[in-house]
Amino acid sequence: MHKEAAIREPLVLGHKSYHDVTEDVCKPIEDKAPRMWYILFGIALVIGLYGVGCIAYLLGTGIGVWGLNKTVGWAWDITNFVWWVGIGHAGTLISAVLLLFRQKWRMAINRSAEAMTIFAVFMAGTFPLIHMGRLWLGYWVLPLPNQFGSLWVNFNSPLLWDVFAISTYLSVSLIFWYIGLIPDFATIRDRAKRPIPKKMYSILSFGWSGRAKHWNRFELVSLVLAGVATPLVFSVHSIVSFDFATSVIPGWHTTIFPPYFVAGAVFSGFAMVQTLMLVMRKAMGLEAYIHVKHVEYMNIVIMVTGSIVGVAYLTELFVSWYSGVEYEQYAFINRATGPYWWAYASMMTCNVVSPQLMWFKKLRRSLMFTFIISIVVNIGMWFERYVIIVTSLHRDYLPSSWTMHFPSHIDIGVYVGTIGLFFVFFLLFARFFPVLALNEVKTILKSSGESYKNAPDHGHHAHGHASHDDHTEENTNSNNQ
Amino acid sequence: MAEKVIYAMYDDDDVLKDGAKMLVAKGVKVSEVFSPFPIHGIDPIIGVKNTRLGIAAFLFGITGTFLATYGMRFFMITDWPINIGGKPNGTYLENMLAFIPVTFEFTVLCAAHGMAITYLLRNKMVPGMPAQNPDPRTTDDKFVIELRASENAQFSVDELLSMLKQTGIIEIDQKEIN
Repeated sequence: MHKEAAIREPLVLGHKSYHDVTEDVCKPIEDKAPRMWYILFGIALVIGLYGVGCIAYLLGTGIGVWGLNKTVGWAWDITNFVWWVGIGHAGTLISAVLLLFRQKWRMAINRSAEAMTIFAVFMAGTFPLIHMGRLWLGYWVLPLPNQFGSLWVNFNSPLLWDVFAISTYLSVSLIFWYIGLIPDFATIRDRAKRPIPKKMYSILSFGWSGRAKHWNRFELVSLVLAGVATPLVFSVHSIVSFDFATSVIPGWHTTIFPPYFVAGAVFSGFAMVQTLMLVMRKAMGLEAYIHVKHVEYMNIVIMVTGSIVGVAYLTELFVSWYSGVEYEQYAFINRATGPYWWAYASMMTCNVVSPQLMWFKKLRRSLMFTFIISIVVNIGMWFERYVIIVTSLHRDYLPSSWTMHFPSHIDIGVYVGTIGLFFVFFLLFARFFPVLALNEVKTILKSSGESYKNAPDHGHHAHGHASHDDHTEENTNSNNQ
Repeated sequence: MAEKVIYAMYDDDDVLKDGAKMLVAKGVKVSEVFSPFPIHGIDPIIGVKNTRLGIAAFLFGITGTFLATYGMRFFMITDWPINIGGKPNGTYLENMLAFIPVTFEFTVLCAAHGMAITYLLRNKMVPGMPAQNPDPRTTDDKFVIELRASENAQFSVDELLSMLKQTGIIEIDQKEIN
C-alpha cells in the first residue's frame, strides 16, 4: 500500500470507516430534500424558464432581437459561448490531468466538477445553435450528403473544428463521468429500500458487480480515458481560440491565443468549481471530504493560471506595440483607454490582481475569501471575452461605421437564462446523483484518511475499525507531528 | 448441474488479500472477489489477467484517424474542392494542416466511445441488468471471496470451509447455483 508522509495533511478528516463514506454520500440522496433545495431549485427554474422564453422569442422573430449591428456582428452570444466552454474546462482537467498525475485530492471533487463541466458545455452549445436562427437545421453542421448537390461542410474552417471539438469533448466527458458513476449507482441501488428508486438506480447501475476483473477493466478504462481526455481538454479551448486567431481582425489574430485561452479556461473553471463546492460541502455535510486543503489546492491552481493569463495580457500589449502595425496598436490602445475602458479595467482587476492575493496562505485558506474571489474571477473572465470580442469589432477600419454595442433585453435574458438552467441541472444532479466518487474515496481512506494515516502502525487489521479507535490516542498522535 | 459455491465475507480489503494469498498458497482456486472498490494487488494473487481494453482503445483510435483522413480527403479534395482565398487545395498533403484538428478530435472520439462500449459489453453491463453481486453489502464496506467446489475438486467442502475460517472472515455462506 502506498504510504504518505505524516506531515501531509489528511484528505479525509475525522474517523471515517468505509461504511461512513457510503453513509455520508448516500444520506442526502435517500433523505427528503431540504426546504432550501426546493427554494433554490424554484428560483433557478424560474430564471431558466425565462431564458427558454427568450430563446423561443428569438427563434420566432430572428437574430435581430439581439443588440447586434452591422459593425458588431458578434457580441454576447459568442462571449457567453466562450465563457461557458471555459467554465467547462475544470471538470475534465480535474479528473483526467490530475488522475495522470496521481493527485489524490481530485477524488473528492472530480464527480461534481465533471457534472459541472457537462452542464456548462450544454449551456455553451446552446449559443451557436440558437445563433443559427433555425435551430432545427442544426444538423447541417455535420458532414452529411444533402439535397443541394454534394457541397460538404468546410473542413478548413475553425468554426467546423469547433463543432467536432465541442461535441467530442461533451460526449467523452459524459462517458468518463458515467463510467465512474456506475459503481456508485450500484452502491445506492444496493441500499435503496423503496421500490421505485431501487428500480431506477438498478437501471442506471447497469448491473454492476464489483468483480476483481471488472475493477481491473474499470481502472484501465479510467486511465486510458484520462489519457485521451487530457489532450482533448487542451485542444478544445485552443480550437475555440482559433475562431478568433485565424481571422484578420486586429486584436484577434495573435498566435498567443491558444495557450492564453486554455489558461483562462482552467482559471474560470476552477473558480466555478470553488463557487459550487463551497456551497455544496456545507449544504450536504461533506466538510470532512472537501475541506480547507482541497480549497487551498484549487486556489493554487487559480493563482497559477491567473498569473499565466496576466502574463498573456501584458505580452499582448507588448507585441502590439512591437509589431509596428498601426491598426494592431490602435486596437489595444482603444481597448484600454477607449469607450470600453471600464470593461478592460474590470478584466484586469478581476483576473490579474485578484488571484495574486492567493499568495497569502491565510487568504487562500479562508473559505469566505475564496468564495468571493471565485465569483470575482468568473465576472472577470466574462469581461475578458467581451473585451476581446466587442472592443476589437466596434471600431473597425472605417471610422464612419464606428459604433457601440448595447445588449438588448433578449441578450440579457438568454444569458441569465443559461445560468438558471445550469443551476437547475446542477441541483438535480446534487439531489439524485452521488456527488462524491464515494467508492474511489474509499481507496484513499487508508493512505490519506486522518484516522488511518496517523494511527500507530500496529498491523492494518486493526484499521478496519477506525471508527472505534481510541480518540485520545488519535489526538496525541496528531500532536506529535 | 447444480454447483456448490462458497461465499466468505471480510470487512477489510487487506485481510481479504492476506486470506486470498494464504488460500492460493495451499492450492485453492479463488474464482472471484467482489469488492466495493478496486483492491490494489489482488489481481496477480487470484490470477486475474490484465485487461486488453487498452489495445482495443488503440485500434478504435487508429480506425478514427483513418476514417477522418479518408473522409476529409474525399469531401475536400476529391468530391468538391473549395477555393478559399486561393489557398492550395489540389492534394491532401497541401491542405493537411487544416485537417489536423478534426483528425485528432475524431481519433479521440472513436477511441473513447469504442473502448467504453467494449468495456460495457465485456462486463455484460447494459441498462436494466439485474445486480450481479452476491450480497448487497459488497458495494458498501464488505469484501467477498467466492470459491467453487468444482474448481477445487481436490478439497472437500468442509476442508475449504475450515481453511476459510482461518483467514479472518466475518461471515460465510453456501449456495447451490446452476
